[in-house]
Amino acid sequence: MQDALAIVVLILSATLRVATPLILGALAGLFSERSGIIDIGLEGKMLASAFAAATVAALSNSAWIALAAGIAVAGLFALVHGYACITQRGNQVVSGIALNMLAAGLTVVLGNAWFHRGGQTPTLSAEARFMPSDMPGAAAVHDLPVLGPLYEGLIGGHNLIVYAALAAVPLTHWVVGRTRFGLRLRAVGENPQAVDTAGISVAWLRYRAVLLCGLLTGIAGTYLAIAQNAGFSRDMTAGQGYIALAALIFGKWRPYGALGASLMFGLLDAIAIRLQGVRVVGVGEVPVQLIQALPYLLTVILLAGFIGKADAPKAAGTPYGKER
Amino acid sequence: MRGARAPLPHWVDVGLIPLANVASALLIAGVIVLAIGENPLSAVGVLLAGALGDSEGIGYTLYYATNFVFTGLAVAVAFHAGLFNIGGEGQATLGGLGVGLVLLAGDGHLPFAALLPLALLAATGFGAAWALVPAWLQAYRGSHIVITTIMFNFLAAALMVYLMVNVLIAPGSMSPESREFGPAAYLPQMHEVLVPLGVKLTATPLNLSVALAAALCVFVWLLLWHTPFGFELRTAGHSAAAAVYAGVRPRRVVMISMCLSGAIAGCVGLNEIMGVHHRLLLNFTAGYGFAGIAVALMGRNHPVGIVLAGLLFGILSQGGTELAFAMPAITRDMIVVIQGLVILFSGALPQLSRPGFEWLFAVLSRRAPALWNA
Repeated sequence: MQDALAIVVLILSATLRVATPLILGALAGLFSERSGIIDIGLEGKMLASAFAAATVAALSNSAWIALAAGIAVAGLFALVHGYACITQRGNQVVSGIALNMLAAGLTVVLGNAWFHRGGQTPTLSAEARFMPSDMPGAAAVHDLPVLGPLYEGLIGGHNLIVYAALAAVPLTHWVVGRTRFGLRLRAVGENPQAVDTAGISVAWLRYRAVLLCGLLTGIAGTYLAIAQNAGFSRDMTAGQGYIALAALIFGKWRPYGALGASLMFGLLDAIAIRLQGVRVVGVGEVPVQLIQALPYLLTVILLAGFIGKADAPKAAGTPYGKER
Repeated sequence: MRGARAPLPHWVDVGLIPLANVASALLIAGVIVLAIGENPLSAVGVLLAGALGDSEGIGYTLYYATNFVFTGLAVAVAFHAGLFNIGGEGQATLGGLGVGLVLLAGDGHLPFAALLPLALLAATGFGAAWALVPAWLQAYRGSHIVITTIMFNFLAAALMVYLMVNVLIAPGSMSPESREFGPAAYLPQMHEVLVPLGVKLTATPLNLSVALAAALCVFVWLLLWHTPFGFELRTAGHSAAAAVYAGVRPRRVVMISMCLSGAIAGCVGLNEIMGVHHRLLLNFTAGYGFAGIAVALMGRNHPVGIVLAGLLFGILSQGGTELAFAMPAITRDMIVVIQGLVILFSGALPQLSRPGFEWLFAVLSRRAPALWNA
């Protein structure tokens, strides 16, 4: 019983840690796509900000300055994406791919040139990272059955960004669903002509949405480099930006839906890691790759309309011009 | 006010603006090299010497270019049908898997003359099959092909890792690689092929696939611009709604064009698995599928342009390898940076330089109207 509880707590807290960048990435994509700008460049922005955060953390030894750098670089990438998609009215998918490749190449080229470690950044010390912190009173409840381990291991014991990501979900829900900005944001993603007719700038709204996307991917990348890991390594996002995109779609472009999908994908990953090389009675060795491929598979099935219906914002992908 | 555009001569639109886009990309790459602390001009020198300086360099350049042409053509065929296939990476992976399975099964029993058509069939068939599912989902279930092809890239990668680690790994091997094929299953390399003709080349990975790539360029050109189906495909790509009135069935076009696209991308597997590695292994696609987007955009989705763009990227790949030796500060990843920049400027910001050219030509036509109107 005690062991089972310990394993459950371990798996669930691992789920939270894995899901954090997915939640942030999915919310980032939510702002962008609800405004009508498709963003398949979440991966690239996360990777670029991870590199920036790790580099600045190594130089400044401060996690907060590193966070600022990560956000700044992701914001810069977001601005380029915005300029291409909003001002130049270019192809949004193409721009996203371009920025992903740029990030993949540039982080290794610059990392290798600056640190001479084949694209890795130096290993960071504890003060240059966001470290897990104990919940207040964790020692007091330590000996309580069930509640003790839950409080200490699941609710507590994470770093700041994990809680920030969880807090970002209701915040996004409120901003998108209840504020004037959010209403206009959703309107511009569905019918930009109407918004324009009402005398509101489509471009300025979309630029703000894209910048929010940069902010959140910046936090996600920073988390990967200096909270979850102690430095940057090449291609360290390893598709998490795309899984975040899948979570956004799976959550039907809604904050709580995205949270649920991120947690589910995180749980799958945590279980996959746990099951590596383990023989399950009756099944034999579970193919870990299958579990890891499930987020992609489920998203394909959902998009095909086999489980519910996922409708993208109507204007997503089409550049807006007044003269149409 | 945007939109009211002065007409520019055709050759500026097709020639000068695309060149300016590539030049912008290379210029920024040069600035990055400068920022690293190396001289971009001497880097270009090393790069060109490494890629074109001797027959070995040229052989490698053409070998890389072969893959770029395959994936570039694949992207272009889908693009003309109005579809954005970013699943080239996965389709190439499956193509290689097909080649590997055929050769692992048949290399002991069948002669080369039987293995080659079977391998070609497997490369194109597996690639097409992997594109067929996203195509079907797009045509009949309304899922967005961009998202499904992205997901299928990851699914292909997961499938491949599973098969290599658990099923196809050679007994006793530490790395996830299959056993080596028998010599009957080697695609002849060009330095062997040309010996009877009296041509002596340095040994390079360049193999018969390069001929296949050339043939496919002609095939795609004929198909798209000189057959009724090519006309249907391009019509559907321009406007699916209008195509319906012209008697085109858009769903059929989606299915066939994606299968063609996947089949062409699958040929990367033939080049890599049968031509070079002679065994099945992981990550042999090495980003060619994504690079194909850059190749297609730069080549303006035309076979001639794709060959030129493929050669440029071949030069960058081979020259980049030499450059990494000569200037260790610049790694081969610089090529990915350049690919990204080319996609950004040619694909996402194609009209960036247009106002500049419009201004230039407005000034020119005022200063020298006679010259201009001639």
